[in-house]
Amino acid sequence: MAYSEKVMEHYTNPRNVGTLNKDSKSVGTGLVGAPECGDVMRLQIEVDENNVITDAKFKTFGCGSAIASSSLATEWLKGKTVDEALTIDNMDIVEELALPPVKIHCSVLAEDAIKSAINDYRVKNGLEPFELAKSHH
Amino acid sequence: MELPIYLDNNATTPLDPRVLEAMLPYFTNKFGNAASRNHAFGWVAEEAVDYSREQVAKLIGCTEKEIIFTSGATEADNLGIKGVFEMYQDKGNHIITATTEHKAVLDTCKHLEKAGAKVTYLKVKEDGLIDLQELEAAMTDQTILVTIMYGNNEIGVVQPIKEISAIAHKHGALFMTDATQAVGKIPVDVNADGIDLMAFSAHKMYGPKGVGVLYVRRKNPRVKVTAQMDGGGHERGMRSGTLNVPGIVGLGKACELCRLEMDSEAKRLSGLRDKLESALSQMEESYVNGNVEHRLPHVANISFKYVEGEGLMMAMKDLAVSSGSACTSASLEPSYVLKSLGLSDDLAHSSIRFGLGRFTTEEEIDYAIENTKKAVNHLRDLSPLWEMFKEGIDLSKIEWAEH
Repeated sequence: MAYSEKVMEHYTNPRNVGTLNKDSKSVGTGLVGAPECGDVMRLQIEVDENNVITDAKFKTFGCGSAIASSSLATEWLKGKTVDEALTIDNMDIVEELALPPVKIHCSVLAEDAIKSAINDYRVKNGLEPFELAKSHH
Repeated sequence: MELPIYLDNNATTPLDPRVLEAMLPYFTNKFGNAASRNHAFGWVAEEAVDYSREQVAKLIGCTEKEIIFTSGATEADNLGIKGVFEMYQDKGNHIITATTEHKAVLDTCKHLEKAGAKVTYLKVKEDGLIDLQELEAAMTDQTILVTIMYGNNEIGVVQPIKEISAIAHKHGALFMTDATQAVGKIPVDVNADGIDLMAFSAHKMYGPKGVGVLYVRRKNPRVKVTAQMDGGGHERGMRSGTLNVPGIVGLGKACELCRLEMDSEAKRLSGLRDKLESALSQMEESYVNGNVEHRLPHVANISFKYVEGEGLMMAMKDLAVSSGSACTSASLEPSYVLKSLGLSDDLAHSSIRFGLGRFTTEEEIDYAIENTKKAVNHLRDLSPLWEMFKEGIDLSKIEWAEH
């Protein structure tokens, strides 16, 4: 199966690889997936007092599409408010990266990682976590 | 050195130029049907098929009449297993195989289960070899066939074929082996090994795709299989269909070359394989899969923990290899062969198979070592699991949200 140019581009030059201080109150961390499934994504956001995501980092264990999906997600997250970030849908990622059907789960995982990072941030700051829609698959 | 480098010789091999040369005339002026008995065109084709049959027979130590040409190993597996099941129905309905077999064997057995066969799927030990005591214990008076592969396509382990066939025979069952990965690579002798039926194909030994063999023993005992394809009664009635003369000529030439070059080639390949394997297994958290003593000379299967195989292959873009990760399959299940060895799913997802071949050079292996190391390190830098491992976090204690 050939990868789309955009997947290859993100895979070759992944954006925002790294680690934020998970103990910081302004950092939310989402760790989703499982090693047994061949995909684990860790996505972190740093949020300022205006509820704007000022930084995002990821590390991913997975195939090229999973790495590209999380790289793209961090790119999209930066500069968005937390509320805006919540509207990122996995199908936006599918469209942007031209993921084939067998790779849609990679985009779902990225969406889950975003929501899970946001909830971690909210809980740390004494807010109610958002009700997450049950996993798409 | 040309890039990319082909290291997937267990999937298929390039056609040897000498094989191609032998085949070419049979596409053009020597186009006859080997079954045309009444003119020169047919005789020329028949003669070529006969010569090829001789070459195949010499390679595996049988007689010409025991060779049934097929379209490949998959067809040969189907014909052997289904053909024995139908032919020996009066004797019993029990077949024994192993969980690490190729799908051509496993799915054929599953098909027969629907037709009333009882099938035992033997588990393998951690090193990929079957347990002979378990085989012995599984034999019943209803067992008509034991079918166990010679060398495994994913990890290269070679089963104790002589011992297995002896157990099958002691209990009055036939012994069949899918020897697709072994024939032409290591000495395979149907008499010394006690093989009654054997499947293999040309394209795994530098011959063309679309042609294979079912060896069917004619003496001690005389084995018969029920034809799975009806028609003109070719191949002693066991496999109808006009013979693929150019393909068969190519198979014959491929067998001849393998026989003549096997000793030196096996030594050369196992030397290169060992070089690759020892360099890569020196990396932290890398593991060689399968028994390292009883195995084919040209395959290495290595798991690089904390990186995922498909992602890794993308980083090794100048190397054509394969992975036990099944990230592309709808099931998301990693290799059933590696799982049969008791490998955890994450290690199975992290595996890479390197398949060396006749045209692999030392320069290519040196390049592959460096390229693989670089790719593994790059992906570990991207891997949250590697980071956690380095921080001393026990990954097995984490509650993963399985999806």
